Amino acid sequence: MNGGQDLGGAHGHGPVLPEPNEPVFHAEWEKRAFALTLAMGMPGGWNIDMSRFARENRAPQEYLSMTYYQIWLAGLEKLMVERGLVSPEEIETGHPIGAPKPVPRTLSAADVAKVLYRGGPTEREINTAPRFSAGDRVRAKNINPATHTRLPRYVRGHVGTVERVLGCHVFPDSNSLRRGEDPHWLYTVRFDGRELWGPDGDPSVTVSVDAWDPYLDPA
Amino acid sequence: MAHDHHDHDYDHEHGSELSETQIRVRALESILTEKGYVDPAALDLLIETYEKKVGPHNGARVIAKAWSDPDFRRRLLQDATPAIATVGYAGRQGEHIVALENTPQTHHMVVCTLCSCYPWPVLGLPPVWYKSAPYRAKAVIDPRGVLKDFGVELPAETEIRVWDSTAEIRYLVVPQRPAGTEGWSEERLATLVTRDSMIGTGLPKSPGEVA
Repeated sequence: MNGGQDLGGAHGHGPVLPEPNEPVFHAEWEKRAFALTLAMGMPGGWNIDMSRFARENRAPQEYLSMTYYQIWLAGLEKLMVERGLVSPEEIETGHPIGAPKPVPRTLSAADVAKVLYRGGPTEREINTAPRFSAGDRVRAKNINPATHTRLPRYVRGHVGTVERVLGCHVFPDSNSLRRGEDPHWLYTVRFDGRELWGPDGDPSVTVSVDAWDPYLDPA
Repeated sequence: MAHDHHDHDYDHEHGSELSETQIRVRALESILTEKGYVDPAALDLLIETYEKKVGPHNGARVIAKAWSDPDFRRRLLQDATPAIATVGYAGRQGEHIVALENTPQTHHMVVCTLCSCYPWPVLGLPPVWYKSAPYRAKAVIDPRGVLKDFGVELPAETEIRVWDSTAEIRYLVVPQRPAGTEGWSEERLATLVTRDSMIGTGLPKSPGEVA
C-alpha cells in the first residue's frame, strides 16, 4: 500500500538523532508490548506479512505520529480483534468479558529459546528456474496495490541490475492476504543513485532492494 | 494483577499519554493471560533474552572473528547464516543473513525503509533512530547526509552502497579492521566493534579510544 510506512526518499523528517547509550526499551510497557506481540503469534496463527500489514494499514498521519511500539501494539490489537481472540470492548474496558477462543497452541516459557532459535525461515523449494541471473537488467514494475507489498515506491519504474539470486521465498503480497505462501524467486536488484533520484543524485551512491520475481520485468 | 513486579511506573516523565498506554498494555496482558493465550513467564523470558542476552556484543564477536580468522571471513562472506551459527547465533529475524564487507573503496549502509527489519541474532533489537522516519526516509536518498548526522565523513570517491531490507534477508556490515591492531586477540578486537559500524552508520573505534 502507498501508505505512511513507505518512507524511502521522503523529505522534511529532519536529521537522524542517535541517542547515546540507548536502552533496549524506553518504558515498561514497551517490554510487555514487544513480548506480547512475539508470544501471540503462536495462538494467533498470523504470519509476519499479516503483522506488517496490520501495522502499516492506517492513516499516514496516524502512522507517523506513533512510536514504533505503539504501532506494534495497535497492530497486535487489530489482529486479535479480527480473529475474535479479544473484543474491542475488552480492550477498551481492560477486562475479559467473553469466553476464550480455542487456540491451537501457546508459547510456554520452556519453549521460548527453542522457538527463537528456530525462527521462521522463508526460503522454499520450487520446481522452476530463476528467470533472471546476476548481471541482468530489470525494471521494477509500476504497481500500486492498496494491499501489502514490499516493493517501495522509490524504485517503481526504475531500471537496475540483478546482483544476487537469493532463492525462492514466501511472497508477502500473497501471504499477507491469507492467500498462501506462493513462493517466488527473490533477487537483489541494485539501482544507481542517479537512476532513482535524477541528475542531482550522488553518483557515488547505489541502492539495492530485494525484489521478488513478480515485481520485475526484463529491461 | 497477576504479576505485580511489573507494575512500577516509570513513565511519569513522558506525560499522561504514555501512562495511558502503560495502563492499556497492562490490562491487555492480564486479559490475554486470563484467557490462557499467553504465559507471563514466557513474556518475562522473551524480554530478558533481548534485554540481556542478544545484542550487538554478539555481532562484535562475529566481526572480530572475521578480522582474525581468514577462513571464517571467507565463509562469512560466502554464506553468512551457517558461518554465524558456528559462533552460536541464529534464529528469529536472522534466518537468512548476508554479510557485506567494507573496503577502502566501498562503504555499506543497511536500512529498512518499509518497517524495521534488522538482524536480531547478531545486533539485538534495533535502536529507535533505525525505526524512525528520518533514517528510513534519508538513508536511500542522502546516505552521506546520514553519515554526517552520525559525525562520519567519508572521502567523496568512496562508493556508498545502501541496502534496503525489503525481504527476509538481513544484512550485517563487516567494517574495516582498524590500523594498529596487529596481534590483538579476538576478545580485544571485539571491543572496537560498535553497533553502528555493523549497520554502516558508524566506523569501528580506533585502538586509542579503548586504551
